[in-house]
Amino acid sequence: MTTAVQPTRRARGSQGNVGAEQSLWLIRLVIFVVVILWMIPTVGLLISSFRTPEAINTSGWWTVFANLFDGAQWTFQNYQDVLSSEGFGNAFLNTLAVAVPSTVIPITIAAFAAYAFSWMDFPGRQWLFIAVIALLVVPLQMALIPILKIYSSVGLVGEFLAVWLAHTGFGLPLATYLLRNYIGTLPSSLIESAKIDGADHFTIFWRLVIPLSVPALASFAIFQFLWVFNDFLVSLVFLGGTRDVRVLTLALNDLNGSRGEAWHLLTSAAFVTMALPVAVFFSLQRYFVRGLTAGSVKG
Amino acid sequence: MVQEDTGLGLDDRDLMDGTPPTNPFSVHILRVVAALVIPIATLLGMWVAMNWVQNLENRFVTVIVAIVVGVGGVWLLYWAMDSAVDQLPLRFRESVRPYVFVGPALVLLILYLVYPAFYTFVLSFQDAKGSGFVGLENYAFVFTDERMLRSIRNSIGWIIVVPLVSVVVGLGFALLADRLKRMESAAKALIFLPMAISFVGASIVWKFIYSFRPEGFGEQIGLLNGIMVALGQDPVGWLQQQPWNNLLLMVIMIWMQTGFGMVILSAAIKGVPEDIMEAARIDGATEPQVFWRVIIPSIASTIVVVLTTMTINVLKIFDIVWLSNPETNGTEVIAERMMRWFFRNEHDGRGAAIAVFLFVAILPVMILNIRRFRREEAIR
Repeated sequence: MTTAVQPTRRARGSQGNVGAEQSLWLIRLVIFVVVILWMIPTVGLLISSFRTPEAINTSGWWTVFANLFDGAQWTFQNYQDVLSSEGFGNAFLNTLAVAVPSTVIPITIAAFAAYAFSWMDFPGRQWLFIAVIALLVVPLQMALIPILKIYSSVGLVGEFLAVWLAHTGFGLPLATYLLRNYIGTLPSSLIESAKIDGADHFTIFWRLVIPLSVPALASFAIFQFLWVFNDFLVSLVFLGGTRDVRVLTLALNDLNGSRGEAWHLLTSAAFVTMALPVAVFFSLQRYFVRGLTAGSVKG
Repeated sequence: MVQEDTGLGLDDRDLMDGTPPTNPFSVHILRVVAALVIPIATLLGMWVAMNWVQNLENRFVTVIVAIVVGVGGVWLLYWAMDSAVDQLPLRFRESVRPYVFVGPALVLLILYLVYPAFYTFVLSFQDAKGSGFVGLENYAFVFTDERMLRSIRNSIGWIIVVPLVSVVVGLGFALLADRLKRMESAAKALIFLPMAISFVGASIVWKFIYSFRPEGFGEQIGLLNGIMVALGQDPVGWLQQQPWNNLLLMVIMIWMQTGFGMVILSAAIKGVPEDIMEAARIDGATEPQVFWRVIIPSIASTIVVVLTTMTINVLKIFDIVWLSNPETNGTEVIAERMMRWFFRNEHDGRGAAIAVFLFVAILPVMILNIRRFRREEAIR
């Protein structure tokens, strides 16, 4: 499957005449309307997040276009409140503490396994790899109850470690499978010659295979990072909503439950949760699309 | 050296007894030691470190240490295991080493997927606390409870509406954007953007659109009711209108997923050879004919991929519904019921039975998807 958002552009045949010119304008108009429709929810939220509580509660956000320069309605106070007194600053840090290891750990473990499945010889190699692929069909809902039981009995509930390992377990089949497909297609002559030069498996893995696999690693990493950063279900079950460990999605859910009509807080809080994923998305879009295409088999 | 094979064709050597001709028993002991002791020790080390750091006053330090412990811990694990293998007698080393590389992955998969899946299956025949067997009672509940039945009906609605609308809009947009000279990628990125937002975030975004205030409780600040009022109509409590509120929740999912379909379909459309389309045009085909007879057949398999992927995503939809007060508004879906029974009502048996039901519903679609993916990877 092709992966870039925007591959080569084609020269269109018949664009010279007037009819084609008109239809092109029609196309532009349709696209413009759809894009506006798609943007309205986010734009409304963004505008509202900078308005004072009084302004939000007494007039719709669309009315600001009539009096854009009325300074009294604009404020940064919502963001200050949300980040400090509502605890979203802490929640943001917690989310990072969950998301970064939950991305690196599965990729590392999957890469080692993928290397072994590709370039090491051991009994049961193929059977074990088939078993890993078969696990792609298990949705994480099938695993929640028993894992929570185990975690409660050993006292892991509410620990970052619990969430890291859960995300690792759920992400491993896909990660191993994808990386095995990539690492397995590296030229065998390369690995052969490294061996002749006296490198052991560990050195070949770190010095040769990992640098060569950066495209595959990066696309899975971005996919997994956004997945984990935006996750609500796994954190809800294994980390819980206590104020000191809760992640952004949980904090936003709490705020919605406890102060569902405090729109000045809800809008700015929603934006705090969106900021990093959207930035990652815009800067690394190309890799993200690659990961998505492959991620269509995630269980 | 292992031969190159991307498929799953079995390697004869794997089926034969592959243990080296050295003392097999001690090798097995060493394998077990390498595969178990060091990972467990590392895990305990990480746990102790995290326990200590998680309760620090300064969250900034906590986060930095957490990341260092998590990332460094897993790297240290492999380095320690590999170094341990190097201490073994020479003749054992290379037969133990592969298990150091795959061991942690296998242990985690067994712990987090294989064992829980079996346990969930067993639990689905047990009572609320998992203390005694109740036969098929939980499954009877799944197929008779009024809310469960409604959740199944709602989920079927989701499966039909969301993938279909997302693919039609995504395909249409991809086709039109393909005609643009400039701005194509910008327009696509803006449609694609909601994909990066969490379901919880998206729910809040749309809650603001659907917001409703009863008469006398102030100005309407939700966009839809703003429009209603401007048109001289009475405002509507959108999310309380059964069963149409289900559709309004589906709109959120469509908003998020259309970009995914659009990007993948757009790549497929660009992959249709230009000369085939030109040939059709020279033979007198109109643009709709080129679309229906050339483009659609060429990208049919990609359309199926997008549909199946969205079907799986939609079957597992949870967050959007969880935040919408499903029990008062009649918007229950299967994955939400599962969490309601297991997590809120603490009835493990029913939660497990719903999970098994969800698994069985996803299974055929998932197998279809994986098969297709493997075919594609094989010809890549």
